[in-house]
Amino acid sequence: MSDWIKICALEDIRALGSRVLDLPQGRVALFRTNDDEVFALEDKCPHKQGRLSQGIVHGKSVTCPLHNWVIGFETGKAEAPDIGCTRTYQIQMVEGDVFMLSAEVSEMPAALAG
Amino acid sequence: MNVMTPIQRKSKLVLIGNGMAGVRTIEEVLKVDPDHFDITIFGSEPHGNYNRIMLSPVLAGDKTIDEILLNDDAWYADNNITLHKGKTVSKIDRVKSQVIADDGTVADYDRLLIATGSDPFILPVPGVELPGVITFRDIADVDEMLDASKKHKNAVVIGGGLLGLEAAKGLSIQGMNVTVVHLMDSLMERQLDDTAARLLQQSLEDQGLTFLMGAQTETILGADHVTGVRFKDGTEVAADIVVMAVGIKPNKALAEKAGIYCERGVVVSDTMQTFDPKIYAVGECVQHRKATYGLVAPLYEQGKICANHLVDKGVLRYLGSLTSTKLKVTGVDLFSAGDFTGDDSTEEIIFRDPGRNVYKKLVLKDNRIQGSVMYGDTADGVWYFQLMREATDVSEFRDTLLFGQNHLGDSGHGAGSQTASMSLDTEICGCNGVCKGDIVQAITAGKLLTLDEVRTHTKASASCGSCTGLVEQILVDTAGGDFSKAPSEKPLCPCTDHPHGDVRRVIVENELMTIPAVINFMEWRTPDGCAKCRPALNYYLLCAWPADYQDDDQSRFINERAHANIQKDGTYSVVPRMWGGTTTSDELRAIADVADKFKIPTVKVTGGQRIDLLGVKKEDLPAVWTDLNDAGMVSGHAYGKSLRTVKTCVGSDWCRFGVQDSTGLGIDLEKALWGSWTPHKFKVAVSGCPRNCAESTIKDLGIVAVESGWELHVGGNGGIKVRVTDLLCKVKTAEEVMEYARAFMQFYREDAYYLERTAHWIDRVGIALIKEQIVEKDDARRAYADRLVYSQKFYQFDPWKAHATDQTIRREYELLKPEFELVS
Repeated sequence: MSDWIKICALEDIRALGSRVLDLPQGRVALFRTNDDEVFALEDKCPHKQGRLSQGIVHGKSVTCPLHNWVIGFETGKAEAPDIGCTRTYQIQMVEGDVFMLSAEVSEMPAALAG
Repeated sequence: MNVMTPIQRKSKLVLIGNGMAGVRTIEEVLKVDPDHFDITIFGSEPHGNYNRIMLSPVLAGDKTIDEILLNDDAWYADNNITLHKGKTVSKIDRVKSQVIADDGTVADYDRLLIATGSDPFILPVPGVELPGVITFRDIADVDEMLDASKKHKNAVVIGGGLLGLEAAKGLSIQGMNVTVVHLMDSLMERQLDDTAARLLQQSLEDQGLTFLMGAQTETILGADHVTGVRFKDGTEVAADIVVMAVGIKPNKALAEKAGIYCERGVVVSDTMQTFDPKIYAVGECVQHRKATYGLVAPLYEQGKICANHLVDKGVLRYLGSLTSTKLKVTGVDLFSAGDFTGDDSTEEIIFRDPGRNVYKKLVLKDNRIQGSVMYGDTADGVWYFQLMREATDVSEFRDTLLFGQNHLGDSGHGAGSQTASMSLDTEICGCNGVCKGDIVQAITAGKLLTLDEVRTHTKASASCGSCTGLVEQILVDTAGGDFSKAPSEKPLCPCTDHPHGDVRRVIVENELMTIPAVINFMEWRTPDGCAKCRPALNYYLLCAWPADYQDDDQSRFINERAHANIQKDGTYSVVPRMWGGTTTSDELRAIADVADKFKIPTVKVTGGQRIDLLGVKKEDLPAVWTDLNDAGMVSGHAYGKSLRTVKTCVGSDWCRFGVQDSTGLGIDLEKALWGSWTPHKFKVAVSGCPRNCAESTIKDLGIVAVESGWELHVGGNGGIKVRVTDLLCKVKTAEEVMEYARAFMQFYREDAYYLERTAHWIDRVGIALIKEQIVEKDDARRAYADRLVYSQKFYQFDPWKAHATDQTIRREYELLKPEFELVS
């Protein structure tokens, strides 16, 4: 599991809820579905950069609080007819804990990467 | 072969009739369950599905065939549909479940959909079989007419209805001398009253058409080609072509031959099923509850319902449609809907301006529109049709009704609703910045035909909705003439087909206590709803079961979940309550300290007489609240669908004009009502004299003091569209004000739809009902007031304190950090 880093426990996120992970390169929103699946998206709506973590979670998607775009967890894509895509991050669940790829977590902030 | 995939034979669906209603049904099937069927379509015409209602503009030369094509060959291929173009089905074998086409093609079905449309009605007179006698039904007919117009001079159109007049005008534009023959004395007698019909005839005569009214056709003359028409009275008129446009009849021959029960059309139930349970039917060939339809919107509605049953969802019912008519003839503006003749129990409002050739008639019954006819100025037709469908009580604006929607004081669009004359860069939807050109482009490119589709694609009218009428008009102008709509009770959201009222009723009747219970019981299409229905359900449940329902904060918008208003940069704004707009030096000092301590960038006085702290980080919210709580302040609910402020003037304590203690009453009202959730935000004001400094007459509940007591005003709104309150009643004492206010708020809580402001609610149900429940019936009023008091036992608490002190909830405001250290 050396490539994976523990982020939090499943129970830190409520079902149909979200938490925000603060990374140097930007914030990541973690979502938990009603079936206890966890997904991670960049915490920015492709439309006007609304905080997706603050939206209402339903099925495998979240509705952005700013203008009601619906973003799918699996692809990061906006539901038609809106067009846009948010970055997704890989998640692995091990014994009730949530892990992310260390390479994705410890990416250099874009501003410093030169 | 992949052994992991179970081999399962898909059901076979066969559609007879490659037209608008049938193909729309297939599209609905594909939308709901794309893998349910193997689909085969038979169509007699050698084209893909096209927009038949746009044949008139093609005849007039305004459009080409390509422009009116709805589904090209690629669409059928992309959806794996087997299309048999130019093949007419000649037999349905119900025993073998097969259909057989005239060229011998055979297709098996598990489900069969009949959408054979209608045939032109041909007068039973001698000569109708002669070359040169043409109907007006499909592309071939239009080609024949265009061809004839190049070779010949004289055309006779038999039939002065919608179709006949459109054909006549088209042929006239193509250069022919056209005579319209009509059996009745008045044109379009099923859609127009005498006055409008005379105006129409005059206008068309001015444009070069000739009319023979009350003329009964006896024979079509000619040996090997049409040469003329003879009438019962012996007169004759010369003709090189005769267009037969006296009406249409449902094409039921194939179904009838197969032994399926037919009357005027193929008889179907509310689920669009024929008497053979494997066979469904939609469109013009259908007879539903004794009615047949020839306009596009009802057919689409049928298609949606039929598809729902074909894919075994089985929840929708077709209950019939209301329709309206618009003539697609250049230079003629004409609109009609509903019952425009009236009887002893109805009233007529008529506007007539012979100079401008404008005529409008509305037929009212009990202050609700029953029907309308408009000629010359049809800009408000869509609006009247909406008022009619929704059975809106128009008594409050009867005096200006005929002058149109603009005269209601719509500040957003006062200048003009004549969308046809607007330039393409005119902004239609101010909320989403959508111009007319964007909407036209979306309708044309996406072949959109309903308001919902336009909303989804452009967002126009998707926010505040005040431009809905304009968007509908652009849709009418762009997409085609006979725009009409099914009954107006709209589904709560795309997850369900149930409207708000049904959901509320079912929750109470079946004692549903949780959101999953409602979603299961009412068979939502989605597992846990969406951002539109969940907040509504949460509200309906907490209103129905104040003691037992466990509020679900994850079904609330972020503002109500975080008890602060999210701003565009992701920070929040915080507004502490100031009772009746009063504060103290201690409170102001505490607010100043909070602003300094948390480096809050903007402090602003709000329109509701309190102070807004803008730019608070979410992580800081609980600490900000704790500091404000410590100074004795609580949440102002500036973020909620709930009681906002009670705005007051200083009243008799200080003001030399004040006649009552408005500030004191305002504070009492705010202390009684705060914390309660409502369908939409709820604003109150109390003014100490009729000078009305607290602006009570644009609030949801406005109190105005007079010498002898208090006036209660309701249903005001100072937002997008200003609406002045209706006077509810006058009472003598402050105690009475408290009871009436509680009762009014509770009635609104129990009766309005979620996200419906009091203004819209009262427009929908009528002020008379509010007066009956709150003023006339003392028992009802007391019961409403008591129910609010009961509900407040559970909901009147400070959510800031609850969040700041509950460690589990407080954790949600904190950021997660990964458990590692960055190596630099």
